[in-house]
Amino acid sequence: MKKRRLVMRTIILLVLCAAVVYTLYANFTKDNHQSVAVGSKAPDFVLTDLEGHKHRLSDYRGQGVFLNFWGTWCPPCKQEMPYINNQYHQFRDKGVQVLAVDIQESPLAVNEFASRYHLDFPIMIDTNKEVMTAYGIDPLPATFLIDKNGKVIKYYTGQLSENLVREFMEKIKP
Amino acid sequence: MASISSNLLFIAFILYLAATLFYGGSIKVKKDSNEKKTTTKWGQIAVLLTIIGFISQLGYFITRWIASGHAPVSNMFEFTTFFGMALVGAFIVIYFIYRTTLLGLFTMPVALLIIAYASMFPRDISPLIPALQSYWLYIHVTTAAIGEAILAISFAAGLIYLVKAIDQTKSDLQTFWLEIVMFTLVTVLGFVVVSSGFSAAGYHEKFNWIDKNDNQVTVDYTMPAITGPHKGELLTKGGFQPWVEMPAIVNAKKLNTVIWSLIGGLFLYSIIRLLLRKRIGAALKPLVKNVKLDFVDEISYRSVLIGFPVFTLGGLIFAMIWAQMAWSRFWGWDPKEVWALITWLFYAAFLHLRLSKGWHGKKSAWLGVIGFVIIMFNLVAVNLVIAGLHSYAGS
Amino acid sequence: MNDVKCECGHVNPHGTVLCEACGKILDEQADKNQLLDMRYEGSARRSQTYNKTIIDKIWNFFSSVKVGVWLIIITLIASALGTIFPQKMYIDQPPEVYYQQEYGTLGKIYYQLGFDDLYSSWWYLLLIAMIGISLVICSLDRVIPLYKALKAQKVTRHEGFLKRQRLFGVNSDAADKDLTLVKEQLQRKRYHIREENGNLLAEKGRFSRWGPYINHIGLIIFLIGTMMRFIPGMYVNENLWVREGETALVPETGEKFYIHNNKFILQTYDKNKDKTFAQALSKAGEVAKNYQSNVVLYEQSGKSLPGEKPKLKKVMDYKIRVNHPLSFDGYSIYQASFRSELSAMTFSLMNKQTNQTYGDVKIDLYNPKETYDLGKGYSVKILNYFPDFEFAKNGEPSTKSRDPNNPAFIFRMYTPDKPKGETSFVAIRQTIEPFGNNTYKMAFRGIDTKNVSGFVVRKDSSMWVIILGGIIFMIGVVQGSYWQHRRIWIQRKSGQVWIAGHTNKNWYGFKREIETVLAGTKLTMPEDQLQAGKNKEEG
Repeated sequence: MKKRRLVMRTIILLVLCAAVVYTLYANFTKDNHQSVAVGSKAPDFVLTDLEGHKHRLSDYRGQGVFLNFWGTWCPPCKQEMPYINNQYHQFRDKGVQVLAVDIQESPLAVNEFASRYHLDFPIMIDTNKEVMTAYGIDPLPATFLIDKNGKVIKYYTGQLSENLVREFMEKIKP
Repeated sequence: MASISSNLLFIAFILYLAATLFYGGSIKVKKDSNEKKTTTKWGQIAVLLTIIGFISQLGYFITRWIASGHAPVSNMFEFTTFFGMALVGAFIVIYFIYRTTLLGLFTMPVALLIIAYASMFPRDISPLIPALQSYWLYIHVTTAAIGEAILAISFAAGLIYLVKAIDQTKSDLQTFWLEIVMFTLVTVLGFVVVSSGFSAAGYHEKFNWIDKNDNQVTVDYTMPAITGPHKGELLTKGGFQPWVEMPAIVNAKKLNTVIWSLIGGLFLYSIIRLLLRKRIGAALKPLVKNVKLDFVDEISYRSVLIGFPVFTLGGLIFAMIWAQMAWSRFWGWDPKEVWALITWLFYAAFLHLRLSKGWHGKKSAWLGVIGFVIIMFNLVAVNLVIAGLHSYAGS
Repeated sequence: MNDVKCECGHVNPHGTVLCEACGKILDEQADKNQLLDMRYEGSARRSQTYNKTIIDKIWNFFSSVKVGVWLIIITLIASALGTIFPQKMYIDQPPEVYYQQEYGTLGKIYYQLGFDDLYSSWWYLLLIAMIGISLVICSLDRVIPLYKALKAQKVTRHEGFLKRQRLFGVNSDAADKDLTLVKEQLQRKRYHIREENGNLLAEKGRFSRWGPYINHIGLIIFLIGTMMRFIPGMYVNENLWVREGETALVPETGEKFYIHNNKFILQTYDKNKDKTFAQALSKAGEVAKNYQSNVVLYEQSGKSLPGEKPKLKKVMDYKIRVNHPLSFDGYSIYQASFRSELSAMTFSLMNKQTNQTYGDVKIDLYNPKETYDLGKGYSVKILNYFPDFEFAKNGEPSTKSRDPNNPAFIFRMYTPDKPKGETSFVAIRQTIEPFGNNTYKMAFRGIDTKNVSGFVVRKDSSMWVIILGGIIFMIGVVQGSYWQHRRIWIQRKSGQVWIAGHTNKNWYGFKREIETVLAGTKLTMPEDQLQAGKNKEEG
């Protein structure tokens, strides 16, 4: 009888406690927008680049994909774009693809930017922010490293240095 | 239609005033007659006047509704008036349960003060902004006001209890706080007298002043400025030069009104004290001589029991439904919402203390008084001082 | 820790004050009291009985009403603190600046204490959670023993029990016909009557005793409902801005729903038309009458990849207004705000000397063309476009964001007399000619604006739980407040007829009811012993 009472009380208190802890925990993590988790499959998408070629992420299965979200107006993007371009030249024959997704800007501005910095990797515009939403990113620039199996192996926000770009591409080299 | 409406309100006010006098009379007469439970002639007249007054005010409400096309609970004047009406209505209901005219003597002056206070606000029929255009608004506001009014009866009954139970032959904390309650009521009267006095005299003065964002703005005072605005420059010729200048973060105009009300209140209170030559609480004591303590205690408790579910429904549940419709979330921690929650928590605590801790009598009566203070705080201070989504425009 | 057997034969759990069956006082300490404390029928509240382990101690802490009341009071004060200054969500400046600037030192302290976001602070949530725990444990600890005690109660009660009821009276004897009359009158008052050996127990409204527990259950369900929001996928709360004429994906719908904004409408009250409000309007100025977005809701047929053009199927047309959200498939879209945005700018190619113009160029600010051909050898090329122009630190023109808040262009104007073209930098109220004096200029003609509707997208899958909790709470409160549990005992003890009465509240009404029940009989009204005691004290 006494045993049973103790067990009952313990169970009830544990359940209540768990609920409270979970709520508190969830409350403090709610603001972090859920971005695509490392280790999960990268959401597929189709976008058209400035030259009019369609790029579908899943077509690059077997290659590593360096997926970069950017905007012409964002100062760190301006800094890192030439680095990415340099490293793209080093790695494109080693099975690393760069896809640069601009968020909702006019083709004119993006074109101008691309030609000013002589960028020659595929640049595409996410006109309706659909890809951005699918990846759940907020501040630009944001970079996803996707391995040859289509899995996200790293998510990085903020400006990249040239060394970092090289290191990242080395990581996804198949 | 609008003028019929305001006339009906005025008639109701006069009738309430008359009823209050008859309630006073009914007590006096009763003292001489032998102790019987039936209501005296004076009492019957008082109740009749109250009911006619209530019907008249109902007429005001309906005609104003027709005139404006929406339920007249959409600005400070309309809501406060409705609250006064609900208080009278709640009294009538409680009266027919307990048949005591003494409760009328304490409730009606409070209702009168509330209606008088209401009429100090702009009385124009105001248009509804989109968020207020909802049937749920009417349902929420009226139910909440009725709930609060019933809860306010517990204040009136609690006051009777305290007047009777507190020993006025010595001065201690209890007599002091009871007197503070009385003084506060007198101060509301002071506010009404002072502001209607200045408005009857057509007093106006204008200031240019610098607000906290360094913008120059003008402000229109309707009472002589004791506290002037930040770097205020008097524009009206012959206007009253402020005594003290306030920093920019203080609303000098509202503070000025508060100071004038206090002056008015102090003035009235001193006159009353001079006439009575004792505390108001002590002067009221003979009126409550015949009432049984646990009888008023029960009225006070019962009105909380009746009012609490109504308030929960109107002040919280209907409020949540409306908030869900208008602002997409049923709860947003807006100051008015929070104060409704505080009111609810307070009365929940009241009921627990009473039911489980055995807080009867004086303690319970004091809680009734505090509860009413919270309700009034929500009505007055939250609208005028804290302000949020609910704050009525144009005050 | 043994159970207690009463002399009436009923076995009571340890800690019982009054025998569940006959009401005999089992606890010696209670004996001295004049009147019985009937709050929980003198049943054994288990929290008070066992206090061995740490679990028991925690349990007992939350089982105390005193603790519960303290929690309520602390929450009440904390809630009030949060209304002193506006909360973070209602201000439109960074909080670290706002509070000090608006409210001085007090504001700064307020911010430093974290009161700017008080209602989602860990300690406030913890307070609410503790109230929740207290609700569960308090109720469990009281309702079960109370239920057992009320179920076990017998008609015949112990003398001590009757004598110590607040309402109690003794009649030397009563005729049978009087008792029959009383019984009839009790039945007319809807009392439930049980008899045993000439003793009588009339009872009604027992269900009101469950009111508090039912409303506590409602509250707990309500709290569970609000907690369920934190489960991923249960709760969606997103802002969505859609320009007029554009179609946007409704977020968090799994790329399923799209919304097209046909038009945003803002109406204000008109002093001349809305005559009733004329006076108020002349004081207040502009007052909004309606915010409305005419939209079309689409559903995607099939599944497209992000970035692919989706195949859309129209679901419905709707006019979203404040208080009239668009609801579909568990989602609701609310009209929350709007803004006006620059959408196009028009320039004329103009000879600076002669002021002659050679055609207009209308530039779509979301998607400018590269070249605008004006015919007859006149054309304009946009070399660069800065939607939200500023000079960067190095003096280069650049853009702050992608929104066309302050558009600027670098034009190259080709004309028959300047076939190589002239370059001109044009921003709002600013023209720079970087390569010397030009013959031609782009003269500003006008702007087009477009409204952008601000929507809030909501899904609240736990709403039904919250509503259920609310309904149960209301039922419980009403049940507990508007009904009373009343009992009248009429018993023969040593040749006399004893009458005792108990109600859990509203004694005044109860006494009047007993008066009517006893009317027409020789039985006397039982005395209110509480009042009698008081009167004695008062002298």
